[in-house]
Amino acid sequence: MTDRNKRKVTVRRFKEKTIEKFFQANGIFSIIVLLGIFSLLLIEGWPAIKKLGVAEFLFNAKWNPTSFEKESYGMLSMIISTLMVTIGAMILAVPLGIGCAAYLADVANRKTREIIKPVIEILAGIPSVVIGFIGIIIVGPFLADLLGTSHGLNAINGSILLAIMSLPTIISISEDAITSVPMVYKQASYALGANKWQTLVRVTLPAAMSGIIASVMLGMGRAIGETMTVLMACGNAPAFPQSIKNSVRPITSTIAIEMGETVQGGLHYSSLFVVAFVLFLMTFVVNLVSDIVLNKYQKVNR
Amino acid sequence: MKKIISLILIAILFTTMNLSAQSFIRIKGSDTLINLVQRLSEVYMEENPNTAIAVTGGGSGVGIAALIADRVDIADASRQMKPKEIEAAHKNGVDPVEIVIGIDGLSVIINAENPINSLTLEQIGEIFRGQITNWKDVGGPDKEISLYGRQANSGTYVFFQELVLNKKDYSADMKRMNGNAQIVEGVAADKDGIGYVGIGYVYDDKENIRKDIKVLSVAQGDNEPVSPLISENVKSGEYPIARALYQYINGKPEGEVKDFIAFELSEKGQEIVEELSFYPVSGEYKEQNEKAGF
Repeated sequence: MTDRNKRKVTVRRFKEKTIEKFFQANGIFSIIVLLGIFSLLLIEGWPAIKKLGVAEFLFNAKWNPTSFEKESYGMLSMIISTLMVTIGAMILAVPLGIGCAAYLADVANRKTREIIKPVIEILAGIPSVVIGFIGIIIVGPFLADLLGTSHGLNAINGSILLAIMSLPTIISISEDAITSVPMVYKQASYALGANKWQTLVRVTLPAAMSGIIASVMLGMGRAIGETMTVLMACGNAPAFPQSIKNSVRPITSTIAIEMGETVQGGLHYSSLFVVAFVLFLMTFVVNLVSDIVLNKYQKVNR
Repeated sequence: MKKIISLILIAILFTTMNLSAQSFIRIKGSDTLINLVQRLSEVYMEENPNTAIAVTGGGSGVGIAALIADRVDIADASRQMKPKEIEAAHKNGVDPVEIVIGIDGLSVIINAENPINSLTLEQIGEIFRGQITNWKDVGGPDKEISLYGRQANSGTYVFFQELVLNKKDYSADMKRMNGNAQIVEGVAADKDGIGYVGIGYVYDDKENIRKDIKVLSVAQGDNEPVSPLISENVKSGEYPIARALYQYINGKPEGEVKDFIAFELSEKGQEIVEELSFYPVSGEYKEQNEKAGF
């Protein structure tokens, strides 16, 4: 090889290596950010855990850090409230979402699809404040009439609004998952004599299950972390929820309400970081569970 | 050549920009005071175009926390600073000076369809502490009481807790709303609702009392019930839940901040206070302001 050619090869190898390192750095960067957030929450929240102990946070149902009588830092009511609105939202959104996705992917004709899909994308873009507003003005009075209560700012209201917000995510991603099921599966099913419904329910949906579960997890993550909507429409009563007709105050509302007025470095400030850490863990567990389920399902498929 | 020309043009642009020093006042805090202070700033800025005033809400707690951290010029507060907060301010090198810019007859409101017209201070306390839970126990219909209140960052929340609840905890079933306006809307839509708001929020934009809520008259001890809608009741102190509306600044007032506060306390400023349905400064609060340099 001539000298000139040798230099060209070296330069090209150097360029490739640099690009490789660049992408590697990007990947590592996202891990660093995640670890950074994790440690920030833990470090800022540690003084409160040291002073009050984990039991106070997890097993006490009363959250009242600014009380004149007795300061309490119990998260139990908040955690149950968050779970209540999230699970309620999922009960509403998952059947509706998967059904809508199956309709769009399998049943609807092209024209219908081209109208409905963009509308769903627009639904995803509605700001959470606007949805909270709808909750107060429309859903609230509707629920009050329906349930016979005097007002409609409760957990059901929050669940309905969060379901509206998670639907576009679930529908979009499930629909992509269903359409990417290979044609051969459907053709084989029809060849064996199954009709359209049997094929959809017994062949296509199970084949798309990993994508569908991913979409539900994303939707659930959105519901757990949603702040403005639940702040406006759930009533913000810190009591331990007796039923879904009660006003509730999820974790996100508590942090949003109280963060502005705490003095930096104080006990109240520190305990809010513990609350944020618990929220972070909840989202982490949801993702972990979805990974495990995905893995299991893929193993069964093979 | 093109590059040089564009650079020269940009340089000329910069030198012709009006870089005259514009004074900037940052105000933050009470939701009760925000409409009032915004109106006062608008009128002040019309007459003083070289001053820019930024007014934000967040609650008295947020405003006071910002003053302690020396991040605002004026903190609006519908309650006084607590001793712990004054200590934290001194530790940070901030010296809070208290000024009163108006008086509020804190109103307890119920839905217009509720037949009750007055309650005693003790009854109101027991209702908001969660000890009385049914309207029939205070002379109303047999319905569960639906409580609306503010959040812990609110001066109104703390003031009400100190004066009416005797520093005991609010009921855990009380809905913590985001501001005065949300409490008014909530009670207006809820037949069994009761809430507390600054008196300025009871009126609609035409300065009439809203038709969908009712302001309760409050009786203290064995006295007759007294309504906050009559200004003599609030000025004389007969109405038990009257309070001063405060602004806190850092150290002795000077410059633009001093001019703005002087405007707020002037005849024109106090007229605006009355326009927004609060009451002007009077009595001992006037003396307090004079001592602070106004």
